[in-house]
Amino acid sequence: MDKFKKFAGLVVLGACFATSSASAAGGASPLADPSKIDLDNIASLQRGARNYMNYCSGCHSAEYVRFSTIGKMLELSEEQLVDNLMFNAEKTFETINAAMPSEAAARWFGQPPPDLSLMARAKGADHIYNFLRGFYVDPDSPTGVDNVVLAGTSMPHVLWELQGFQEAKFESHENEDGSVTTEFKGFETLSAGTMDAEAYDDFVRDTTNFLAFIAEPIRQDRRKLGVWVLIFLLFFLVLATQLKKEIWKDVK
Amino acid sequence: MARIESEVGKPQGGLMKWIDDRFPFTKTMEHHVTKYYASKNFNWWYIFGVLAFVVLAIQLITGIFLTMNYKPSATDAFASVEYIMRDVEWGWLIRYMHSTGASFFFVVVYLHMFRAMLYGSYKKPRELIWIIGMLIFLVLMAEAFAGYLLPWGQMSYWGAQVIISLFGAIPVIGDGLVEFIKGDYSISDITLNRFFALHVIVLPLALIGLVFVHIVALHEVGSNNPDGIEIKENKGPDGVPLDGIAFHPYHTSKDLVGIIVFLMIFSAVVFFAPEMGGYFLEHANFEKANVTATPEHIAPVWYFTPYYAILRAVPDKFWGFVLFAISVILPLFLPWLDRSRVRSIRYRGWMYKSALTMFVITFFMLLWLGLQPAEGLYVVLARIFSVLYFAFFLLMPYYTSRDKTKPLPDRVVYHG
Amino acid sequence: MTEDDLDRNRRHFLSVATAATGVVGVAMVAVPFLSSLKPSARAQALGAPVEVPLASMQPGEMVRVIWRGKLVFVLRRTEDMLSRLAGVEDDLRDPDSTEYADHQPDYAANATRSVKPEYLVVEGSCTHLGCAPLEDFEVRPAEGWEGGFFCPCHGSKFDLAGRVYKGVPAPSNLRVPPHRFVRDDLILIGQDMGAA
Repeated sequence: MDKFKKFAGLVVLGACFATSSASAAGGASPLADPSKIDLDNIASLQRGARNYMNYCSGCHSAEYVRFSTIGKMLELSEEQLVDNLMFNAEKTFETINAAMPSEAAARWFGQPPPDLSLMARAKGADHIYNFLRGFYVDPDSPTGVDNVVLAGTSMPHVLWELQGFQEAKFESHENEDGSVTTEFKGFETLSAGTMDAEAYDDFVRDTTNFLAFIAEPIRQDRRKLGVWVLIFLLFFLVLATQLKKEIWKDVK
Repeated sequence: MARIESEVGKPQGGLMKWIDDRFPFTKTMEHHVTKYYASKNFNWWYIFGVLAFVVLAIQLITGIFLTMNYKPSATDAFASVEYIMRDVEWGWLIRYMHSTGASFFFVVVYLHMFRAMLYGSYKKPRELIWIIGMLIFLVLMAEAFAGYLLPWGQMSYWGAQVIISLFGAIPVIGDGLVEFIKGDYSISDITLNRFFALHVIVLPLALIGLVFVHIVALHEVGSNNPDGIEIKENKGPDGVPLDGIAFHPYHTSKDLVGIIVFLMIFSAVVFFAPEMGGYFLEHANFEKANVTATPEHIAPVWYFTPYYAILRAVPDKFWGFVLFAISVILPLFLPWLDRSRVRSIRYRGWMYKSALTMFVITFFMLLWLGLQPAEGLYVVLARIFSVLYFAFFLLMPYYTSRDKTKPLPDRVVYHG
Repeated sequence: MTEDDLDRNRRHFLSVATAATGVVGVAMVAVPFLSSLKPSARAQALGAPVEVPLASMQPGEMVRVIWRGKLVFVLRRTEDMLSRLAGVEDDLRDPDSTEYADHQPDYAANATRSVKPEYLVVEGSCTHLGCAPLEDFEVRPAEGWEGGFFCPCHGSKFDLAGRVYKGVPAPSNLRVPPHRFVRDDLILIGQDMGAA
C-alpha cells in the first residue's frame, strides 16, 4: 500500500510538473506580460463580448460560437443579446460570422483573417493580450504598422483610436560570430488615443478574456463538476477500501 | 482459510442448469473468475492489467459515442470535433474522456510492461502471453496514430505527414508504400477516411481479439507473482495452490480499490487539465490542418517520443527508420534475451538491478528528448541514450547469465 | 452475537453499500452519454421556427414548408371549404379533436382546428405510418368526397381540417404544430401562441 501511495504521489507530482512547465506553443516573445484574465468575472466577459462585436467581428468570424451560448453563459437576456451584440439581424442560435466576406478579406489583407473561436487555445491568452498591445508604427508596412509579437502581421491596428500610435525602440548589437541580434527595448507613444495605457490594457484584457471564454465555453462548468465527481469517487474509495480489508481478513 | 462462497458460479439447477447444458457458463466463470487462483502476494504493480482493461472499455464506449457525431472528411472533421465540444450535449466530456484515455492507455500499458520486467513475467512458461502483449502494444500504437489524425488539426496533419514519410526510407518500395498508405499523393480526405476505418473498426477489433487471447493464455498458465515462483508447485489437498486466492472476491475487491484510485486521477485530468499543458492535447491541434504552413515545433504525442528520439538521433534516413523499428520491436525478444535463473528482481543480483534502473532513466530521457527540438546538446544526449536503450536489450544475455542470484523461497512472501 | 456474525454483517453491509454506490456511479455516468443523443444545439438551431408569409397566398392555395425536417401544410381555406367541414362530421372518427389532446395545441382545438378559421396548419405526416398525404380538394359528390387529404401509402383519408375519416388505417387526426401569427400576414411555425 505504501508503495502504491508513493507511486500515486509521483503521478500527481508529474502531472503538476507537466501542467506548470508547458506553456503555449511559440518562441519567446519580446512582449510577454501575463494577461491576468479571469474567466469567473462575468462583467469583464460581457465587456469583452461588446469589444469583440464592435472591433473584431467586422473581419473575424467565430464560426463555432453561438450567440445563444454567450447569452446563457454570460447571463445576458435575449433582449440584451440582440441590442448589444447582434448587429446584423442574426438569430440568437446562429454562430458569429464576420461581417466581411472572407474572400474579400483575403484580397485586401493577403490572407483571410483567421477564425477566432479557438485562437486562445491555439496561441494562449497571453499571446493575444500582448499581440493587441504590440502594434507599432512601421512606414514600410502596407498597413502602416507592424507588431512585436507577430512580426509581419497583415492585421492593421484596428484599435488605434483607443491606444493611439506608438513607436517601438529596438537595439541591435553584433555578436562575436558576426550575426546581429535585435532586442526590443520598449515603446514610445507617438500620438495618444482616447484611452490611457491602463484603460487600454483593461480593454484588451476584457477582450482577451472573452476570446479565452469562447475557446472553451464549458471550462468553468467542467471544473465545478469535477469537484463533485472527485468527492463521489472519494466516498466510493472509502467504501471499497473497507470492503477489501473486510474480505481480505480471510487471507492468512 | 474460510472462503466466501461466490454466488456467481454456484450451480442452481433450473435456468443455470439449462444454460450450462448448452453453454459452458458456470465452467467459464469458474475457470476465469471464481476458481482462478492467483497469488495472494500481488502488490500494486499488478493493478495495471486490470486498469488497461478499464481504459479499453472507456475508449470503446466513448469512441462509439464520438463516432455518432464525428465526420471523417477533410472539410468537416475539424468542425465536427468542435461541434462535439460545443453543440452536442455533454459532448465535451465524452471527447475529453477519449483524448485523456488515449494518453492514460499508454501510461497504464507502459507500467504494465514494466511490471513484467520487474518480476520476469515474460519468462517461461509465459512467453506467449508476453508476445501477445507486445502485439497488443503494436496495435495500440497504430490505433493511437490513426486516431490522432482524425481531429484534422495542424498536429494531426503534420504529425501524420512525418510518421508516414518514415516508410519512404525503405529502399525500392518506400515511395510506393507511402502513397499506398496515404491512398493519395499527399495526406488528404482519402487518407483521413481510411484512417477512420482503421481507427474505429479494424484496429479495435484486433485489439479486442488480442486482449481476449492474452487473458486466455494467462489463465491457462496462471499469473506470475512478485516472487517469481510457481504457486502451482505447492497445492493443498483440494488441488488449490496454497498461496493462491480466488480472483473473485479477493482480487476483484482489491482491484476495485485500484480502479477507483485510477478513476480519481483520470477524472482530475479530464475535469481540470484535459490538455495536460499541451501534452495530451497539443496547442497546435486547435488550428485546422493547413497544407501551406507547418507548425513551428512538431513533436509526436508524448507516448511515441522515446522511439521518435531514437529515430532523430540517427543522421541517416534509412538507418534512422531501421533503428526506430527495432527499438519498438526489441522488447518482443525479452523471453530469450533474459538468461537469468530467477524471474523476480527480488532475487536477482546487482547487475540486472542496475541495468533496469538505467533502462528506466533511459526511457524517460528519450521520452523527454523526443519532445525537444533536434539541435545541439539534445542530439548528443539522444545518441547517448539511444545506445543505452539498445545496450539494455542486446547485452542482456551477458549480464543476466553472469548475475549472482539469491536463493528462491519455497512459498511466496506474504506479510498479511 | 458472536464476533463471526458481526463480521458477516459488516461484510454484507459493505458489499451492498459498495455495489449500490457503484450502480449509482454507473447511472450518473450514463446520464451524459444518453443526453448526448438528444438533439444538439445545432439540431435545435436548424429546428428553429419557420416563417410563412401569407400576403401572396390565394384562397384555396396550399404551401408546403419544412420545419424541423418535417413537412408542414399551410392551407388557406375558401369560404366554401370551411362551410363543408360541418357536413362530414358524422363520417369522422374524432370530429371534435378530443381523443388525442396532444395532436393540436389548445388554441387549435376547435371546429376548424386553426387559430384563424381561414388558415389550416397541419403536419404533412399521416398518423398511420408517417407517409406524406396528398391534397385532393376537388369535391366529388358521386364518391362522397368533400375534399381533403389522401394518403397514398395505405389509403387513409382526412378532411379539410386534417381530421381522419372512419374506416381507414390512420388512428388519429393530422397533428397541428405549434404556430402563431406574428402579423396578420405572417405565420411563425414552431412557436406557440403567446410566446414572445
